[in-house]
Amino acid sequence: MAKFILNGEPMTADVESDTPLLWVIRDELNMTGTKFGCGIGTCGACTVHVGGRATRSCITPISIVEGAEITTIEGLSEKGDHPLQISWINLQVPQCGYCQSGQIMQAAALLKDIPKPTDKDIDAVMAGNLCRCMTYVRIRSAIHEAANAIEGEQS
Amino acid sequence: MSRLPKRGSQGITRRGFLIGMTAVGVSFGFPRHLMAAMDPASPNGKVLPSEGDIYEPSLWYSIDTAGKIKVNIMRSEMGQHVGTAIARILADELEASWDDIEIIHVDSDPRWGYMVTGGSWSISQSWPVYRQAGAAGRTAFIEAAAKKWGIKAQDCEAKNGKIISSKGELSYGELVTLGLTRQFTEEELKQLPLKPNADLTLVGQPVTSLDIANKTNGKTIYGIDAKVDGMVYANPILPPTRYGSKVVTFDDSAAKAIKGYQKTIVLEDASGSVPGWLMVIASSFHAAQKASKLVKVTWDVGETATVSEADIIEHGRKLLGDNTKGSILDTGNVDTAPVFASASSSIAQEYITSTVLHAQMEPVNALVFKNPDGVWEIHSGTQWQSLILPVLAIALGEDEANIVMRSYMLGGGFGRRLNGDYTVPAALTSKALGGKPVKMVMTRPQDMLFDSARSASVQQLKMAFDDKKAVSAMEHHATAGWPTQVLAPFFMPKGVNGEPYDPFSISGADHWYSVGAQKVRAVSNDLAIATFRPGWLRSVGPGWTNWAVESFMDEAAHHAGKDAVQFRLDMLIAEGRNAGSTPVAEGGAARQAAVLKKAAEMIGWGTPQAKDTGLGIASTFGQERDMPTWVSCAVQVHVDKTNGIVNVQKLVIAIDAGIIVDPNGAEAQCQGAALWGLSMALFEGTELLNGQYKDSNFDTYTPLRLSQAPEIKIEFIDSKMPPSGLGEPAVTPVAPAIANAIYQAVGVRLRKIPMKPSDLKSALAKA
Repeated sequence: MAKFILNGEPMTADVESDTPLLWVIRDELNMTGTKFGCGIGTCGACTVHVGGRATRSCITPISIVEGAEITTIEGLSEKGDHPLQISWINLQVPQCGYCQSGQIMQAAALLKDIPKPTDKDIDAVMAGNLCRCMTYVRIRSAIHEAANAIEGEQS
Repeated sequence: MSRLPKRGSQGITRRGFLIGMTAVGVSFGFPRHLMAAMDPASPNGKVLPSEGDIYEPSLWYSIDTAGKIKVNIMRSEMGQHVGTAIARILADELEASWDDIEIIHVDSDPRWGYMVTGGSWSISQSWPVYRQAGAAGRTAFIEAAAKKWGIKAQDCEAKNGKIISSKGELSYGELVTLGLTRQFTEEELKQLPLKPNADLTLVGQPVTSLDIANKTNGKTIYGIDAKVDGMVYANPILPPTRYGSKVVTFDDSAAKAIKGYQKTIVLEDASGSVPGWLMVIASSFHAAQKASKLVKVTWDVGETATVSEADIIEHGRKLLGDNTKGSILDTGNVDTAPVFASASSSIAQEYITSTVLHAQMEPVNALVFKNPDGVWEIHSGTQWQSLILPVLAIALGEDEANIVMRSYMLGGGFGRRLNGDYTVPAALTSKALGGKPVKMVMTRPQDMLFDSARSASVQQLKMAFDDKKAVSAMEHHATAGWPTQVLAPFFMPKGVNGEPYDPFSISGADHWYSVGAQKVRAVSNDLAIATFRPGWLRSVGPGWTNWAVESFMDEAAHHAGKDAVQFRLDMLIAEGRNAGSTPVAEGGAARQAAVLKKAAEMIGWGTPQAKDTGLGIASTFGQERDMPTWVSCAVQVHVDKTNGIVNVQKLVIAIDAGIIVDPNGAEAQCQGAALWGLSMALFEGTELLNGQYKDSNFDTYTPLRLSQAPEIKIEFIDSKMPPSGLGEPAVTPVAPAIANAIYQAVGVRLRKIPMKPSDLKSALAKA
């Protein structure tokens, strides 16, 4: 029996210990906002936060997150109003939307580490998240907008 | 678009159909315990119930007593925000308040007519239909209000969801509450007055697409998220060749050790979609895909087990070398031979494109079961419901009327989901299990292995010049695996020599330049078709024919000693067949000339460039001559001669798609399309190796990443012409623009995409 904290709630799941976190979240706990893309950690669609760090859930066996705090797109903010989610809507970033949960979770981790990222920082960190609709230009702008919004709140 | 087949007299071809239906429950005909349709703006896609009675002025929408308007969308949502754009067209003509609009993606009920989302057709085709539908509602409300007030209809005005007159105001909701039964015949619909395009107030204005919010909070439901009580998971085992493999034996003893493993079955497929497949069934996806790796299978292997990319290219050359092969398009005077025979000079070149995978982010999947009413339900994201339904009918041995496809959001379409063949194995498995719900999810390698790739292509072009170096004739011979021949042969028109051709494998070669005698010949590559199932991929024919046309135009300009922009402008003459005949194409070559000039201006054409830096330009149209969107791309690239790496520093697009319904969504489509073009020009491409695609995941198949994306500038030509399409056209000029810029930068001509650093380095070494 796997035990961990998901979006602030204690959870248990009766799964084999090698089951990737992704499938526990999606199929056992019915949180489908986190997506399956490649299964080898190369596309970033499955990105969640484990202990606040951006993590590829498709290659993370449930056994190694025992007791950890996990945040998915559903738990990033209470009302879907994280500054990134707001800038994502303002700039109409998503097209098909399938990779966007992973993009936003990766970007949220980026802003924690680097509150005012340059284009170079964004390119370096976000290059691991594939967007097949190629919404890249808007992702870049939306991260800057969210960073500015957070800075504005704090000053 | 005129090539769309008409099935019976339903839906979009007979818009009066089912006008005035009053009970929305009737419209679906199936139990409502499962999601029949989807509202992408509501949490988890649920369609909210209507309030009180509803009035349906047309098949395409209903209005309830609260004035809420549900707009029925039969196009699939795959990132183009198509529902929002279509609803804007309707709301504008209906004079509705935008706040009252909800969009509903409907199931595959035949009442919606021929269901396909592709070809960049959606807006262009929906434009007249939804405007007429909106005019019907507006007329009905005005008539009802006038009657209520006892005044003339012309003394009433519709505005913002209300009818206004000297007697006061009546909202659409109030008028529905009073009871509305007005119906329109097909003839009446045609007679309804439409607003002049100049008076449109929502069309062309910014709007936040209705599907976007849920795509930022995880609430959007894609096919892969579909669930139903009691379902089992299935993961396939694919044979070594796409066709012709037969299962001899299998041994699942090792798989039995996997907790949750149930069994393995060999699929019997009368539809021919998945020959030689097995399906592994388990209680979870994890168990199913783990077990499928442990099942040992012996096959009789199909004939194409040793075919590789080079064989397909070589076979293509052989086919092109035989002048009796293929179909010759109607391009006016096709008698080029005497012109070439008497030409002062001529040039000829060959261009190659590699096999390209769709690699959409959501691996293909489907949930299938027989519901309590005995109806087969197919839950999946698809682009061409009307194409796969008959195939499913054969596979299931059921009447088509007994199968319904439910609407889901698509985690990327790009043409992959035009071919719905991935629904077949799930259906066959459910059938083998007596109708039990079966959810099949493919792993990424399975998805790629089973892809209907964009076929590799070979193109040979020739141009004749007179003694003043003016162009006097042109030939374009192209061959590739034809998707339409395999999947939708009824879509193939005949050329002037009576031979059928795949329009989606040649469109673009029949360009708008006046070149004198012009021969365009399309040849099907039968070895490609035997080896894999070719597919339609975003921008289809024009996505690779223009690679050749626009690279060649640049080479021709150099041969003629003319500026590359002026050389093209001299041939873009809006006369004869290049004047444009359909309402959408009106203006013809003149509109292409306008975008070409615009792109040249945006990039600063002619300005001196730094060392190893060059400008390149190309102008094209997508997708077909009867629905052209004129587009031109100009780029600035820098070439690093030491490693062959091409850095695209600037990318601009000028585009004329007629009236732009949703400016922000249109820009997004063009940004994405342009980057697809860049991705296929430099980064994307696989090859056939022993009968299969060489790449199977994103470790070696490498579409453009964010760090490789340049800033892009898009400009739309201001137009009051009817809209054409936007999903694909901006793909088409990018690769040749880059090749042309590389030539300007370092004097090396690359004639194969993707243009890899190694290709450029070896070309530089030879130069």
